[in-house]
Amino acid sequence: MKILKLIFIIFLIFPFHHLKADETDLQNKIIKNLRCLICQGQSVYDSDSEFAISLKLVVKNKINDGLSEKEIYDFLIEKYGEWILYDPKFNKNTYILWFLPLLIFLFGGAIVFKKLINIK
Amino acid sequence: MKNKTITTIVIFFFIFVFLIFYKGLNNSNIYKPSNNENKIIPKFSAYSFFENKLINSENIFNQKKFYLLNIWASWCVPCRDEHPLIMSLKGNDKLEIIGLNYKDNNKNAKKFINDYGNPYSIILLDKDGTKAIELGAYGVPETFLIFENQIIKKYIGPLNSELILEIESFIK
Repeated sequence: MKILKLIFIIFLIFPFHHLKADETDLQNKIIKNLRCLICQGQSVYDSDSEFAISLKLVVKNKINDGLSEKEIYDFLIEKYGEWILYDPKFNKNTYILWFLPLLIFLFGGAIVFKKLINIK
Repeated sequence: MKNKTITTIVIFFFIFVFLIFYKGLNNSNIYKPSNNENKIIPKFSAYSFFENKLINSENIFNQKKFYLLNIWASWCVPCRDEHPLIMSLKGNDKLEIIGLNYKDNNKNAKKFINDYGNPYSIILLDKDGTKAIELGAYGVPETFLIFENQIIKKYIGPLNSELILEIESFIK
């Protein structure tokens, strides 16, 4: 009986479902990066629309099925298009998006550099 | 000379920016993906509404005819409006209408079918909305026209009489 009590107490002190804490972290990370398509402007994480609730569940199921973060994004892009991601992927459609700030920075740097040389 | 070039460039730059923003004024900022058509429908299994039997999607969309997959719910008001139109499509040999009951209560769904009629040959259940996501749907009502396992046309929102004519012209 004492042993049973002890086991019960241990069970209460250490809730074993916390072993899955990193899975919840991954789920939150993914759904924070997803745009809710019903209430546009909110992430799936923030939204409580029917669509967002289902999508949270789908992401959770996919994680349980052992899919990686990238595989889940690919699955959702195939269904809803690239727009569902807040963090756009690097491909031929987004080259300008990713490179433009860098180009502008380089261009500005070149102007400053030229001015400095002229002053000298 | 140099100043003149710079002024011209600046003026053109502002005209360019103005034109882009002006054009953007009329664009809708509600995003609708168009890339979901001509896609193979995903495989899924769902319980049927009346028999409560697990049905595989492969066993539904396997014949050489058109399928109209309609996502509906009894709590969805636009579904009630489009229901008579879907009823009017019933009885066409070339078309089979499949219902997907979305996040609904069984009792209310049955009442809806009793009150407004049942155009569906099979009704599948989607209690948690995950099947709709697998299909790439947003919510209710949404309708897919399927032929040979391909989504030919996707209608987001309720159907109207023009869209019904469009569907009829597809299956002619």
